Amino acid sequence: MKNGFMAPSRRGFLAGTAAAATAFAVGARPRPAAAATRLLNVSYDPTRELYADAGRAFSAFWAKGHGGEQVVVTSSHGGSGAQARSVLEGAPADVVTLGLAYDIDILAQHGLLAADWQTRLPHNSTPYTSTIVFLVRKGNPKGIQDWPDLLRDGVQVITPNPKTSGGARWNYLAAWGWALRQPGGSEASATAYLKSLFAHVPVLDTGARGATNSFVQRGLGDVLLAWEDEALLATRELGPDKFDIVVPPVTILAEPPVAVVDRNVQAHGTAEVAKGFLDFLFTPEGQRIGAKHYFRPVDPAIVAETASVFPKTTTFDVASLGGWTKVQKAHFADGGVFDQIYSR
Amino acid sequence: MGEPSRRGNAVLVAATYLTVLAVLVLPVVLVMVEALRAGLGAAWRSLLDPDALSAIRLTLLVTLVATIVNTAGGIMAAWLVTKYRFRGRGVLVALIELPISVSPVIAGLVWLLLFGRQGWWGDWLDRHHIQIAFATPGIVLATLFVTFPYVARTLMPFMEQQGREAEEAAFLLGAGFWRTLWRVTLPDARWALLSGILLTTARAIGEFGAVSVVSGHIPGLTETMPLHIETLYNGYQTVAAFTMAALLALIAMATVLLRSFLEHDFRKGSS
Repeated sequence: MKNGFMAPSRRGFLAGTAAAATAFAVGARPRPAAAATRLLNVSYDPTRELYADAGRAFSAFWAKGHGGEQVVVTSSHGGSGAQARSVLEGAPADVVTLGLAYDIDILAQHGLLAADWQTRLPHNSTPYTSTIVFLVRKGNPKGIQDWPDLLRDGVQVITPNPKTSGGARWNYLAAWGWALRQPGGSEASATAYLKSLFAHVPVLDTGARGATNSFVQRGLGDVLLAWEDEALLATRELGPDKFDIVVPPVTILAEPPVAVVDRNVQAHGTAEVAKGFLDFLFTPEGQRIGAKHYFRPVDPAIVAETASVFPKTTTFDVASLGGWTKVQKAHFADGGVFDQIYSR
Repeated sequence: MGEPSRRGNAVLVAATYLTVLAVLVLPVVLVMVEALRAGLGAAWRSLLDPDALSAIRLTLLVTLVATIVNTAGGIMAAWLVTKYRFRGRGVLVALIELPISVSPVIAGLVWLLLFGRQGWWGDWLDRHHIQIAFATPGIVLATLFVTFPYVARTLMPFMEQQGREAEEAAFLLGAGFWRTLWRVTLPDARWALLSGILLTTARAIGEFGAVSVVSGHIPGLTETMPLHIETLYNGYQTVAAFTMAALLALIAMATVLLRSFLEHDFRKGSS
């Protein structure tokens, strides 16, 4: 047995490796020049490309208006509900840009921001809107044009679980609202429509990206109910020659809202910059960035400018269905309408 | 008599190699292929992205702290439960092994329960502007929990086997506790210790579940390498995602190779 713990050469080798790793791990971090302000934007899944772009543009915009003051916007992405939960548990978000107002309402209920947050910015605090569309296989072999077509024999519909996915709730409510608006439509007829619709759903993924993957990569189903921006992105990134997008004549107006998290910006001293970032999203420049990433602008001038990208359709909003709190309770809570139609 | 069983052996060996090839080697090869799809230059550039560098740095930092703390803690724990007999020893052994059986998600949620804003100490931390969850301390804690058992687990059988004679002799000859530990106990168990340390390292580098819960996925701040891979993949940045994955796989393989190299060397050296 050797006398020491290890032979010197081997000890030296291990120590050297550890020292190199240490030096790299704790060594000087490359910090952004001259104490840049860091703004954390906690967002939902399909906005990665949008906020990477908008963040960069805002840095330049802010520096120009504030004597070269540096701001770096960092964005974190995940399912809207999960992201809201993180902020609730203490993720240091300066601003939240989530999939639906309900997720921000929860933060307001816990005192992280004012209860009237949605009135603090124009258009219900929604800089961009989107809508729910049908993504179908190239050439639309099943001839799907409108909501009733989804119930035809042999049509399989892919949509995630509305209990866990924000996007799925928009899909569900789009179908619900359309059914209500039919001649003679009532809650009973809309429930019946949804029940038949979900009989055509072979798998319920937990999130929108999972559902997209089921449809696009695993080749499941004939039609995917999806955000318009997600559908356009999927077609562009994963196969322009494989899919078509069908915009139904009547669909929901999805309003993913934004808000400053009051309590966090007070702690970070970033109130002014955070507000500046959200205001920037409503400027013509911010609106054009949204349109570039297939989010529908709200500024009428930019709407006119980008009309060719977004097909015309008739939309209704969640307020017309009674608002998120009511809808959440009636449809997605335990024992709600979704449980009734899906368990049987 | 021997013939059929030898043939049986050959089939068994071939089947094992095929399984290893399909289940272990093929995925690693595929990761490498995907990483290099756009060429070596693109792969290299993706690693120099500030968020990627930050993820690598954070992973190394967390691994370093977890390895040091758990090596010290593991030696003490193994020493205690193998060299002494006391009431509640069995419970302690079970507790040491708990992180292996508990799902990493729970390991993460526990820290949120304590340090999250809605957690037990949330208000106090909030008032004093101390950030533990969704910051480096939370990630270190989650990793510490998950990697705690490995050093203790690999040391325990050896220390048990060792008995106490040599140590008692050392004590009688006047060696203190640390001297005994360093000169008598550890040299004997050194390869088990190193094996445990390297296992801890490998596990700390790769931990996803527990870290994911407490991280908040903030690129450039709280994303470790495994988390950053997921973010890149979900953002359709396939080359960058697989390059990072390949790097992670290489580090893991280097750790395992180092382990078997040292093991081999020590066995040869001590015989």
